Amino acid sequence: MAIQQNSIASLLRAVPSKKQMRGIKLIVFALCLAPLLRLFWLGAHDALSANPVEFVEHSTGFWTLFILLTSLSLTPLRLITRCAWPIQLRRMLGLFMFFYVCLHLTTYLWLDYSFNWTDIINDIVKHPYVLLGSSAFILAIPLAITSSHAMMRRLGRRWLQLHRLVYLIAMLGVIHFWWLVKKDIREPLLFASVLLILLAIRVYYKILAKQRKRLEN
Amino acid sequence: MIIQTKSDIVPSEITPQQVFDQRRHFIQQASVGLIAASAALLSQPLHAALANTAKVETNRVGAASKSGSFGSRQKIANVTKTSYGAGEKLTPYDDITTYNNYYEFGTDKAEPALNSKLFKPHPWTVSIEGEVKKNKTISIEDIYKLAPLEERIYRMRCVEGWSMVIPWIGLPLAQLIKWAEPNANAKYVEFISLADKQQMSGINLPILDWPYSEGLRLDEAMHPLAIMAVGLYGEQLPNQNGAPMRLVVPWKYGFKGAKSIVKIRFSEKMPVSSWMKAGPSEYGFYANVNPQVEHPRWSQASEKRIGGGLFAGRIKTQMFNGYAEQVGQMYAGLDLRKNF
Repeated sequence: MAIQQNSIASLLRAVPSKKQMRGIKLIVFALCLAPLLRLFWLGAHDALSANPVEFVEHSTGFWTLFILLTSLSLTPLRLITRCAWPIQLRRMLGLFMFFYVCLHLTTYLWLDYSFNWTDIINDIVKHPYVLLGSSAFILAIPLAITSSHAMMRRLGRRWLQLHRLVYLIAMLGVIHFWWLVKKDIREPLLFASVLLILLAIRVYYKILAKQRKRLEN
Repeated sequence: MIIQTKSDIVPSEITPQQVFDQRRHFIQQASVGLIAASAALLSQPLHAALANTAKVETNRVGAASKSGSFGSRQKIANVTKTSYGAGEKLTPYDDITTYNNYYEFGTDKAEPALNSKLFKPHPWTVSIEGEVKKNKTISIEDIYKLAPLEERIYRMRCVEGWSMVIPWIGLPLAQLIKWAEPNANAKYVEFISLADKQQMSGINLPILDWPYSEGLRLDEAMHPLAIMAVGLYGEQLPNQNGAPMRLVVPWKYGFKGAKSIVKIRFSEKMPVSSWMKAGPSEYGFYANVNPQVEHPRWSQASEKRIGGGLFAGRIKTQMFNGYAEQVGQMYAGLDLRKNF
C-alpha cells in the first residue's frame, strides 16, 4: 500500500520533458477550444435549442467559470501533491478564460442586445447580476494585458499583487451566475463550493507555512 | 363585451405540417451523430447545459418518431378558427415543444420534453371545489364537449424575457367556470396542477411548493381572452406543454398558465401561488405583462421572440402583452407597480 502511494506520488512529481510539455500544452489548448468548436458545430446543425442566443450566452459563461476555476486549482494541486509542473499551464488557461468571457460579452452586447446602448446601460444599472458580471470583466482586462513574460518582468512584485485580483473576479463571476438563476441553484452552488474549497486549501497552507516559520525562529 | 379584432388569418400564414415534419426528419438524422460526438467529447455529468443539446436532439427524434410508430400525436377534430393573432408569425412547433418551463419534469427547458414521454394524460378528471354550489368532478372528455373548441393564436410572454406565438386550441375558460357554478362568495379561482412523484421526476426536488398552483380574480377568469387549452397546432397538447389541459391567460406572464390541471378551487380570499411563495418580491399575484415594472433579474422592456435565430435581436414588450385594449379596464384604479 505504502509502495503504491509512493509510486503515485512520484508519478505526480515527475517533471515532463520540454518536448512532453509542448505536447501537454497542445492538448490543453485543443481542449480549451472544444467548447467553441462545439458551439459552431451545433450552430451549423441548427441545434442551439429554441433560444440560441441564451444557449450561447450560458455556454460561454459556463466555460469562462469552468476554465477560471481550473486555473485556480493548479496551486492547491501543487500544495497537496507537490506536483508543480501544471502551473506552467496557468497562463494559457487564464487567457482562455478571458477569451470565453469576451465571447460571452460579445454575445450579450451583439446577439442579445444588438448594441442598443440605452437598453444595455439600463440592464446593467437595474439588474445586480449584470453589474457584477460587467465588473468582473473589467477587472479581468488588466490581467489579460499583463499576462506576458515581459510584463511580468517589468512589473516585478506588483505583478503578483495585481494578479491577486483573480480571486475577486472569480467570486464576482460565481455570484453573477448565482443571481442569474431563477430557482434551481444547484449549478452555481457547485461552482461556489469548488471556489470555496480551492480558497480554503490556500488559506490552510498559508497558516501552516506561518506556523512552520514561527517554529523555525 | 366586444373583443376588438382586426382581420381574419390568412391560411397561408400557418406553416404546413409537412414542413415541420421535414425539419424534424432532418434533425433526426443529424442528431444521431451529434449525440455520439457530444457524449464522447464532453461527458460532464454535472452540467445540464452541456447535455442540453443532446437532450433537445433526442427529444426531437422522439417527436419525430411519435408522429410515426407511437401515434400519440392526435389531431383534434371540429376546431373553429378565430381571427385572434392575425398577422403574427407562428413559433415553430419544434420550438414550442422543446423549450418548456415545466419544473415537474425538470428545471432545464429541454428536460420536460424528454422526461414527460411516459406521462399519461388519459384518463383525466378535474375536481371542482371551494366556494361552489356543490363539489363535483368532470372528465377531460366532457370538458371537450362543454363548448365548441376554438383555435386562438396568442402571444405568450415569459417573465424570463422571451416570447412565442402559439396556435392554441381550447375553450373559453368562462364556459368551464359557468359549468362549475361558483357561489356568491367566490372572488378568486385557483388552478392546481398534478403533483405525481411516480410520473414527474421533478417533484422529488423541493424547488417549488408542490403541487403547482396559480390563481386569477374571478373577473379575469371570466374574460373572453382567457382559455383552457387542450391542444396546439391542431393536435392534442403534448405532455411537455401541459397535457391534457392547461390555462392560457395571454396578457399575463407565462407562469400563470398552470399545466396538467387536476383541481379548480374557488375562494373568497386571494390564493397564494407557488411562485408567490418561492419569491414574493419577484412574482406577484397579478403578473400582468408590463414593460414598465422591472423584474430584479430580467428586463421587462423588451423580449426575445423564439424562432428568430441568432441574429433576430429583441422586440419591445407591449403593455398587457398587446392585449391592453381588451383587458386594460379590469385594472383601472389598481396600482400596477404595487400589484405586480
